[in-house]
Amino acid sequence: MMNKTWKRPNPYFAPGMQVKGKWHKNIYTVKRKLGSGAIGTVYLCESAGDYAALKVSDKGSSITTEVNVLKAIDQAQGNKLGPYLLDVDDWVAQTGEQFSFYVMEYINGEPLSDFVRQHGHVWLGVFMLQLLDDLENLHQLGWVFGDLKMDNLLVSKSPTRVRWVDVGGTTRIGRAIKEYTEFYDRGYWELGSRRAEPSYDLFSFAMIFLSVYHPNHFVKRGNSRQFLFRKLDAIKPLQPYNYSLKKAILGKYQSSAEMKQDISKAIFQAKRKTQNHKEKVPIAIESVGLMSLAIIYYLTSIYLF
Amino acid sequence: MKKGTLKQILLITDGCSNKGEDPSATAALAREQGIAVNVIGILDDDQTEEPTGLKEVEDIAMAGGGISQLVYKQLLSQTVQMVTKQAMTQTLQGFVNLELKEILGSEQTMEDLDPEKRGEIMEVVEDMGETCDLEVVVLIDTSASMRDKLPTVKEALIDLSLSLNARIGRNRFSIYQFPGKRNKDIEKVYGWSPKLDEVSTIFPKLTSGGITPTGPAIKEAIYQFSKKSLLRSFRENDEQDMEEA
Repeated sequence: MMNKTWKRPNPYFAPGMQVKGKWHKNIYTVKRKLGSGAIGTVYLCESAGDYAALKVSDKGSSITTEVNVLKAIDQAQGNKLGPYLLDVDDWVAQTGEQFSFYVMEYINGEPLSDFVRQHGHVWLGVFMLQLLDDLENLHQLGWVFGDLKMDNLLVSKSPTRVRWVDVGGTTRIGRAIKEYTEFYDRGYWELGSRRAEPSYDLFSFAMIFLSVYHPNHFVKRGNSRQFLFRKLDAIKPLQPYNYSLKKAILGKYQSSAEMKQDISKAIFQAKRKTQNHKEKVPIAIESVGLMSLAIIYYLTSIYLF
Repeated sequence: MKKGTLKQILLITDGCSNKGEDPSATAALAREQGIAVNVIGILDDDQTEEPTGLKEVEDIAMAGGGISQLVYKQLLSQTVQMVTKQAMTQTLQGFVNLELKEILGSEQTMEDLDPEKRGEIMEVVEDMGETCDLEVVVLIDTSASMRDKLPTVKEALIDLSLSLNARIGRNRFSIYQFPGKRNKDIEKVYGWSPKLDEVSTIFPKLTSGGITPTGPAIKEAIYQFSKKSLLRSFRENDEQDMEEA
């Protein structure tokens, strides 16, 4: 792990502690720590009877940047792209040191990979379509998610919906990606630049579904294209989507909408194919059901959401 | 504010200096010339605690107005690009704070503004970070203990140029190794160039001997910057001076 020799540490908020903002004077009661990353620590807290997530950091400028992103994508009417922004403020420690924080909607959910493992591969197609919808909306607004990875996705219940929880890497299209994680970064795999383009997110998208089956990831070896294709081919549940995922890895999609078309087609084709072989393969019957279920789930998630 | 060129020295080392002037003093000199000095200290895989020899890393960056980080070689690529970008933001924020002081008087900095205004200013800082030109002199410690780290350093530098070349602004890199061949303190590996892709072929070989002349290396880097801007001012005597930020 990295040792930070030049910085003061992130402040630690003990459960029960009250955090009062310097500017807006709102008071947040800390419940527990939700997690910490490169920039700051996130706490679950309560304010006026509601739960919220509070992110505090020693890097004030990064907090400000993230807030700017949340504000910009909040403008997408009717689309829940990332968590809502609730408050931005500073907290002054007893020592007089000042730390910036912001408060956002608390998204209660479980990791995508856990969910798929528990509830079955049928959900893969659903989450792909949901994610591609969100990405398309974000790209239309002129932004690229950047640090799209498993850790930044949660599946919330009723309706079952995949949500983004960290927008720290979100970058305006045409600029240099702000934050990335090597495994999901096409630059690391020597399969493209680190310029923010829709295809940058779609590469990470493919890697997310690969990492459902490789939770500990893997490092690059030899020709990345062949290496990643081989990894994809080895995963049976991803077979129906392989064509699209490979295309995404090679950066061949100009937009998420384009990829979504291919994925939907793949779902229906998988359904038809299995119908033709019904009598031969009993398992196929099951997958017909699963595929139609996937489509129903996806459609309800659109209407209910 | 005019579009300017940010200047940085990136020092990559795994131990402390033992020859020539105090590196913190030369780093302070660099800072005076408007050059930020960033230092990355590479830890050995079996080092669990912060070694005392690497205390110098922090001191040099502090004196040079840059950023320092100790890191295991596995995380070098990500760290190098992060440190470079953070140092850019830090320098730009420094400029903004100076301007704020002019406008608002006394000791006002970004932190004293309310979060909304700060957000607007941060957008300007980000715009500048994306569009400004950047020049980096990379100083690589090639003393004996760096043996197994040099391939990773090479990868990290190629990765750095990938990150920075995704920006709208232009970049120029230059690489020096220290100590140099035949008892020289420092030696040029790679002259000013916008890309580091070709670096793989000419990457520095290890130099034998136990000397680590960090101070003289920083001094040479400062000289390279000043020589470059002198040359440029001859060539572009009528054009706007790019060096002025």
